[in-house]
Amino acid sequence: MLLLNEALTNEIRAHGARDYPNETCGALLGLDGPAGDTGGSPRREVRALFPLTNRRDDSPRNRFSVTADDVRAAERAAAVGGLELVGWYHSHPDHPARPSEYDREHAWPWYSYVIVSVAAGEPRDMTSWLLADDRSQFHSEEIASLPGATARHSQ
Amino acid sequence: MAIKLEIPTALRPFAGKQSSLDLEAATVGEALKSLTNTYSDLRKHLYTDDGRIRSFVNIYVNDEDIRYLEKENTPIKDGDTISIVPSIAGGR
Repeated sequence: MLLLNEALTNEIRAHGARDYPNETCGALLGLDGPAGDTGGSPRREVRALFPLTNRRDDSPRNRFSVTADDVRAAERAAAVGGLELVGWYHSHPDHPARPSEYDREHAWPWYSYVIVSVAAGEPRDMTSWLLADDRSQFHSEEIASLPGATARHSQ
Repeated sequence: MAIKLEIPTALRPFAGKQSSLDLEAATVGEALKSLTNTYSDLRKHLYTDDGRIRSFVNIYVNDEDIRYLEKENTPIKDGDTISIVPSIAGGR
């Protein structure tokens, strides 16, 4: 289960709309908790976002890329706030908020992958996914809304 | 050569939850082979089915990307640190 407060949810949606028709991307910084009563999947709370620039200059409308340097910058930002890098968000412009085969092929285990659909510039559905340990598929991860304030790290 | 190999957070569940390992190896390839021999579940996340390092897996020796060195044949010396650093990609 991914706990995400309303302000952060709105910020992801706004980032997706702002970058439309290109794909947007960013990091989820938060706390990873024990599986607890969530049936074996981790219970993690997103506490801050680390918005990133999509590095795919050649096809930004249907692809996104985060460089290793960006990943390390996100890890440093998380550490400064006493948080962990727990996942990533990206948008699917004019496409459902479901992971593509390309998403699966390039995914890492453990991270939460949040996808927001942006239709004609308007953010729509938001979903979260976890890669199966054998890489064969994504499993849907429930997003639980939380009230609360936002925090944002600058890139 | 005694080296340290740093494991990214996403792969730690497949490496005994360790953030780093101390290994003996002469090249980057040997170090990775030693790692995946011990923790075989890591192999599919690091390598493609035909045995190549996945495009989004970045290997550094003391902050130098091995793509600009000798790739998996990059020699290592005592005290070196090998880091596995993710890059992230996707799209609709």
